[in-house]
Amino acid sequence: MDITVKALDEQTRMDMLQRMLDIRYSEEQIQGLFLANLVRGTTHLCDGQEACSVGVAWALKPGDMMTCTYRGHGHALAMGISIKTLMAEMMGKASGCCGGKGGSMHMTDASVGLLGANAIVGAGLPIAVGAALTSQVKGSHHVTVALFGDGAVNIGAFHEALNMAAVWKLPVVFICENNLYGEYSPLHTTTAVENIADRACAYNIPGLIVDGQDVEVVHAHVSAAVERARAGDGPSLVELKTYRYRGHSRTDTGPYRPEGELEAWLQRDPIHILRDRMIEDGQLDAVEFEELQQATERKVAEALEWAKNEPFPLLEAAYQDVYAGGR
Amino acid sequence: MSTSNSSGERIITFGEAVREALAEELRRDETVFMIGEDIAEAGTAFKVLTGLVDEFGPERIMDSPISEAGITGIGVGAAMTGMRPVVDIMFGDFITLTMDQMVNQAAKIHYMSGGKFKVPMVLRTTLGATRRSAAQHSQSLHAWFSHVPGLKVVVPSTPYDAKGLMKAAIRDDNPVAFFEDKMMYQTKGHVPEEEYVIPLGVADIKREGTDITLVATSSMVYVALDAAEMLDEIGISAEVVDPRTTFPLDKQTIIESAKKTSRAIVIDEGYERYGVTAEIASVIADGAFYYLDAPVKRMGAMDVPIPFSPVLEDLTVPTPQSVTDMAKMLTGVV
Repeated sequence: MDITVKALDEQTRMDMLQRMLDIRYSEEQIQGLFLANLVRGTTHLCDGQEACSVGVAWALKPGDMMTCTYRGHGHALAMGISIKTLMAEMMGKASGCCGGKGGSMHMTDASVGLLGANAIVGAGLPIAVGAALTSQVKGSHHVTVALFGDGAVNIGAFHEALNMAAVWKLPVVFICENNLYGEYSPLHTTTAVENIADRACAYNIPGLIVDGQDVEVVHAHVSAAVERARAGDGPSLVELKTYRYRGHSRTDTGPYRPEGELEAWLQRDPIHILRDRMIEDGQLDAVEFEELQQATERKVAEALEWAKNEPFPLLEAAYQDVYAGGR
Repeated sequence: MSTSNSSGERIITFGEAVREALAEELRRDETVFMIGEDIAEAGTAFKVLTGLVDEFGPERIMDSPISEAGITGIGVGAAMTGMRPVVDIMFGDFITLTMDQMVNQAAKIHYMSGGKFKVPMVLRTTLGATRRSAAQHSQSLHAWFSHVPGLKVVVPSTPYDAKGLMKAAIRDDNPVAFFEDKMMYQTKGHVPEEEYVIPLGVADIKREGTDITLVATSSMVYVALDAAEMLDEIGISAEVVDPRTTFPLDKQTIIESAKKTSRAIVIDEGYERYGVTAEIASVIADGAFYYLDAPVKRMGAMDVPIPFSPVLEDLTVPTPQSVTDMAKMLTGVV
């Protein structure tokens, strides 16, 4: 695949920056909710990985679809789920995107092409292949992307999905957000290859190793893979090298990470990379960015307050939608 | 190859009935397709699908790699996006490999998405022992799926039921597991030419009786019917109730029969412990308690891995004789 990373236009960059900020501030608020025990259970935050979510979502067209993971708030927001319905879902409210039945790990919305955030590692890959099969059969030219972490590459579903997608040249792109840790385990302790994309040769498909912190780089590479799939040339395996700033889940502070690792990655913050580039290109100044941050922080806080005041589902909802069409 | 009985009714085999149902639904609805191992040219290990690929082509009768988890997941994804897949899992024992996709995905997606996605797929597979296939190709694991909210489970016993229930399963908007007894593929029965669909969740009384109810599923319906014949000879009138689906379960028909006869045995080829027999026995105990003259008895597969040796394997499954003996005990006839 011949890929040139071109500067995106100013408006697109601004939209991407805004969405990455939406994700960043949402994750901050969500962490606060859980730590304050306003929401019980667990949550898996993606701050640090915003360029992956946004770069991928911006590479898709209307009608394209995505499966993603339980670290999925960023994916959901990038695909277009509103902050309000995300916050409401987080708190189990009736107006959440899943009526309060999904929660943090299962942000889903058919209307934005999100087939589901999956809490079973690797399970979304065959589902994405199935969606791609539908597109191939119907000749709809839609592409499905399967987002997953580096922890998913050692489960059988990964292999089965990539193999079948390659055999049938299905319009699907497999995108690994390699954030270096599968839950608490460093990648090198669980996986024999350093680059996940090296696995692509086993399926005779392209493998791309991509800087996951630079949203324009992510966008360019994923777009190339998506358009290749759309053209009928089959799947690719795209590896986005990224980092989660926080631990695996709510209670994990990430004590297993070597000293200095987080600090080094913070130097390559995806929001700052785009901000600096836009400032350099005269599309933004420091004051405007500051205002953007403050406005976003306010917007997210307001969404959260709105969600807090939303009603819980009626109790009879517990038995609703177990079966489509009732029993 | 169909034949006719003395009343001029068309007679076909159980396998032919399944194939007919699939072919009719494939013809009727272009979103229906099948995916599985060796289902196209080979027509499956049991040759049930022979000829379908000739009519519908390899795009709709898709041979897959040996990837049960993967093809079940593909079924889920295809179903969520507008298709009606029939995923073929060669042996019921292999549902172990499909469990995540069936239990954590297919069963939950509709609910977990707040009703936004549907998963109208069928997982078609087998059950049943006595084929001398040993412990990994002989189990009847339909209770596993029956346990999980969000799934429906079909266990047909006759060619007529198999055809009508398969058509209902394919048209259902939910994930449905369809278990076919592999020893029954050559079993013949009346299947009309004209189209019909049997709704899921409606039991069928396969034989009427007054002294004892035999609730039997799939392969065990024939065991129960044979036992009923033997009991008839000694003056015990047995009613045979076939639930046809373990979920939805037609509790009312089962309870009404038990109330009428005041005694019941539940017979199913799954393992006895924690099995389908336990669930149905509890339904009867609950719903017909004041009408019962004897404890509800359960007869399932012996709680052992299915042994290969024929003399051992035959011990593991209820037989007409063992059911008759149990019925005699319950009715106080020695």
